[in-house]
Order: sequence, then C-alpha cells, then structure tokens
Amino acid sequence: MTQTYYTEDHEWIRVDGDTATVGITDYAQEQLGDLVFVELPEAGRSVKKGDTAVTVESVKAASDVYAPADGEILEANSALSSEPALINSSATGDGWLWKMKLSDKGQLEGLMDEAAYKNHIG
Amino acid sequence: MTDVGLKRLPLEDLHQAAGARFGGFAGWSMPLTYPAGVMKEHLHTREHAGLFDISHMRLIEVSGPGAAALLSHACPLAAEEIVERQSKYTFLLTETAGISDDLIVTRLGPTRFMVVANAGNAEKDAAHLREFAAGLDAKVEPLERVFLAIQGPEAWAALSRAGIETGELTFMTGFEPKPGWFMSRSGYTGEDGFEIGLPEADAREFVAKLLEDDRVMWVGLAARDSLRLEAGLCLHGQDISEETDPVSAGLLWAIPKRLRSEGTFVGAEALHKEIALGAPEKRVGLKPEGRQPVRAGAVLTDEHGQAVGRVTSGGFGPSVGHPVAIGYVSTPLAAAATRVFADVRGSKIALDIHPLPFAPHRYRKG
Repeated sequence: MTQTYYTEDHEWIRVDGDTATVGITDYAQEQLGDLVFVELPEAGRSVKKGDTAVTVESVKAASDVYAPADGEILEANSALSSEPALINSSATGDGWLWKMKLSDKGQLEGLMDEAAYKNHIG
Repeated sequence: MTDVGLKRLPLEDLHQAAGARFGGFAGWSMPLTYPAGVMKEHLHTREHAGLFDISHMRLIEVSGPGAAALLSHACPLAAEEIVERQSKYTFLLTETAGISDDLIVTRLGPTRFMVVANAGNAEKDAAHLREFAAGLDAKVEPLERVFLAIQGPEAWAALSRAGIETGELTFMTGFEPKPGWFMSRSGYTGEDGFEIGLPEADAREFVAKLLEDDRVMWVGLAARDSLRLEAGLCLHGQDISEETDPVSAGLLWAIPKRLRSEGTFVGAEALHKEIALGAPEKRVGLKPEGRQPVRAGAVLTDEHGQAVGRVTSGGFGPSVGHPVAIGYVSTPLAAAATRVFADVRGSKIALDIHPLPFAPHRYRKG
C-alpha cells in the first residue's frame, strides 16, 4: 500500500512501508525546462530533511532537489545519467530521482497530499 | 509575469497568448521560453527559422552633418569610411578601454546612422552619445520601435513569403525597407538571419503573417542565450564589460587597423597601450568534459590548483550536444590551448580550451 506526499519545494515522495521513492513534480519539471544533467547521490549516503540530495541542470541553470525526510539513500536512478530528459517526459514515473530508507516516518505528517499540493501550485 | 519595476514589451500580450514563461533580464520582463521549450526552440532556429522579440534592445538614430564625426569620436570606428548600408560591430569604451557597451552601427545615408544598443546600457549609451552631439552638430534620438529578429536557414524564405524581399542584403548590411522600418542581415545566433525594427502597429500585422508559416516559431531568451553561446558571441555584462577590453576579449578585429595605433576616440590611449603591452588574459571557448555544465562565475585552475581564469558564460549546447562555456584564462595558457579545471559543487571538472565558435557560423556573406 503506497501513499504519495508532496513538498512545498515541488518534490513528490511515494512511501511504501519504510522505503520511499522521490522525484520532482510535473509542475517543477515544467518550471525548470529541458534538463541536460542530473547529479545523483551515492547509495549508502545519509541525508537529513532539507539536505541537497540531487542537483538538476537545465540548459540555463542548476537547481537543487532537497531530501524531503531523513534517511539513507538506497539507489539513484542511473538511467538519468544518460537521459536526463526522462524527468521532463515522465517526472512522476521513469524520471524518479532516488529511493531511500526512511528513518523517521513522523516527518511525513507535515507534507501535503495530492489535493493540497494542487491547491499549493494553484 | 507582473514583476513590479520591470519594463514590458509592446507585444507582451502576444507572448502571453503564445504561452510564454517570463523572466527578468536587464530591467525587462522577457519571454524566456514558450511551450516548445528551450531545446526545441534552439534546434528549430538552426534548422528552420526562429522569431525573437528583442524590443528590449534599443535603436538609436544618430543624424546630422556631424553624425560620422560623433561616432568616430565615441567609438573606435572610422564612421566616415562606412559606405551606405554597411553595418559595423563596434564598442563604446571607457577612458581605460573597458567595454561599456557593444553596438552595431549601420550607415543609412550621408548624414544618418542607426545604432543598435544593448537593453541594459541603452539609456547610458544615448546620454553618452549626446554629450558629444552638441559640439558636433549631430542629433541622438532613441527610437520607439518593436524590434524583432528572425534567424535560421529559412528566415529569408519566410520573410519573402511575408512580402519582404531580402535578396540584396548580405551579412552585416542594413537599410530602411519602409517608412519607420530598419532591417539588417545580422543576428545573435550564428545563423543567417535578420533584425527588423518597426512601428508597433506594423509589427502586429507582420508577426501574424510570419507565424502563419510553419517554418517560423517564437523563440525565447533562453534559447537566444544557448544559440549565441554556441556561436561564440559575447554577452555584454558577462563576457565583456567595463572590466574587460577589446584586446583581452579577442575583439580587435572590430577595430580598423589604423585606429589600433592612432586616433583620438574615447579610450584610444589606454587601448593603444594595451595593444602594445599585450593583454594578461584572453577570452577563450571552453568545452567541459562530460555532460555537466560549468556556469558563469566558476573559477578556473591549472592542474596544480592555481587560479588561472574564470568562466563568464556557461551552459549546454543543444546543437553540439555537450556543455559549452566562454571564459578568460591567462594569455600563456590560452596560447597553449591546455586543459583547465573547475570545481562544481565539489567535483573537479576538466575543460579543454576550444576554438570559437562551437557551432559553425552560417552567415550569407554574398
């Protein structure tokens, strides 16, 4: 049973038990434009909520993607190394960024559900 | 979209209707991208024709018996030798030969010239030119025009379909095809193309006609930047500024030979000295290894970690398929075309000094 949450920084986090998959929302990829490079995290790295986990680069600029919760990186989406545009074509599917093991599921409480996020982006 | 304090383009409503995403640039609210996105807009320009609204740039008419003398004093330019319809790339220099703006000057007639100035500098430029105008019997008049660029291999054909024949124009020439219009064969993409200044009412009709053509699409400022970067063209405020001079920027070709050692234009003394002594650093193209862009502001080091230069523009080149950058490195390194390095968020990235342009120029030189 998975549940998806959203952050104010336009990330989605799909939670299944104590693991989660993280990506940026379709709205975020639209704002960033065509992506040309993704700097992915190493598996095994510990992150704190708010740490920069990934940097995505568009033609024009670099933008940070923050960890939405504490935990350990399990895997990064290596397909993005050769095809960063997967984030543009499928932000919530094949364009996922990393999987992580959550260390404090309580942190999810403050995040938005889909309806609240839709309201957030207006 | 409603940033307070930003100037709005006269055709802003057309860009809104086309779904543009806006951002601030040089004090103007500008269309950055349209729904096609920077990548498609860039590639479309190289293959077909991109339409750019560059009304943030300013056309300044300089006229009167002293017009040529004024320009020859304000710029390192032999304005009296420019023949009618010919355009020249030139500069306004500071007394220390810093580049306070880069301009294109076109001779329209015996006593009339058109100057194209950069958005952020236009007011300062007009004021600067006016300082010399009074004593020289010349008039400096910034014009209220919509300014469009149409760039790409099919630009001429699209113009022809829209009723504007371009056969007589070759690269870096310009004229007035209709009252209130100014058109030159030039641009900022490395492609064949045109820049057209015209009254707003004419512009609305003209744009509608151009966009009926499948070969033409709106292209935003983001792709304008990636196109000019691949073409190795300088952006004032980044690659050239009052802190750099034409010698270090590698732009001496724009200054007539005679004026490189004599002449009394503003900045002449400092420029002549810089030419005689040689510049300590040179502008170069830089090709980062791998796919990660190295952006403006990155410090360049040699293999020992010693600072040897800086990146002034950097991004990704959609046509060449790799990151591209422009920067300055110390003159000996520039000559040796060695490898330099940049630190990007903790990763050491190698950059090869690369000849400019990255994408070949395809101008129609006649």
